[in-house]
Amino acid sequence: MNPLDGNAIAGPLASFFGTEMTTAEGSCRHCGRTSRVAELRVYASGPGTVARCPTCEGVLFVVTEIREQISVSSDGFAFVAGA
Amino acid sequence: MLDVPNWPGHLAGQHVDLRLTAEDGYQAQRSYSIASAPEDRDLVLTVARVDDGEVSPYLVDDLQPGDELEVRGPIGGYFAWEDRMTGPVLLVGGGSGVVPLRSMLRHHRASQSTLETRLIYSVRSPEDVIYRDELTELAGDDTIDVRLAFTRTSPPEWDGLRGRIDAGVLDDLGWDSSPDAVAFICGPNGFVEFVAQSLVALGHPPRQIKTERFG
Repeated sequence: MNPLDGNAIAGPLASFFGTEMTTAEGSCRHCGRTSRVAELRVYASGPGTVARCPTCEGVLFVVTEIREQISVSSDGFAFVAGA
Repeated sequence: MLDVPNWPGHLAGQHVDLRLTAEDGYQAQRSYSIASAPEDRDLVLTVARVDDGEVSPYLVDDLQPGDELEVRGPIGGYFAWEDRMTGPVLLVGGGSGVVPLRSMLRHHRASQSTLETRLIYSVRSPEDVIYRDELTELAGDDTIDVRLAFTRTSPPEWDGLRGRIDAGVLDDLGWDSSPDAVAFICGPNGFVEFVAQSLVALGHPPRQIKTERFG
């Protein structure tokens, strides 16, 4: 399936973090590349939306939104700056 | 057109999430770009009807004035053009990807920006062009250049662009590659990827190329 990008998860991320996140940066724990959230590859299938590194395709984090409940698991992505 | 209580205002290029809840509790959520400029009185979305879609047929065919929707937004900051930016602007839209770019063009005019701005709008056929009259009118502005590129059917005696927007087309049009020039590309994934790679191949800094993809 065709990936989207980090703009597609801007809504739940803004709700979760309480601030605009598409310009926030983080580094990939797999390959080290620093990306802005908007630049990530996002696969929106199933209950969780998976954000992957645009360079190595490693899984960075998963966003799950069920009704008003949002969870973000970010094992592979170290947020370094919220712009 | 949405009437959102306590709407804080938006930036050109931002979107909203709309959530619909069926009588049985089933929910569906989609993102839609804001088509109006920050200066416009009304908050406007333009929704392209996807025939086998879950949400857009309802919004286009069934939604009535006065119906209520759950709206989250405005959302985004990366894919947003603000008049405080100082460089020339290239906007490249594929299909309904032109919607947030239309907001940017309206903002350009409303803020009396003098930045050179070019829209390249890739669309299948003349019948598919959204905002045709408005784009024609905007193209009358000295600082705004509008180019349509038809990928399937073009009007008779069309002497404009045809086919894919590749590096050759972009090079021929001569986009300003000064360091503060910025490009916004919005459309289907394959379109955005191809145009972005073409710009990078022409030597434009990836960080100055902002992309937004839809499914």
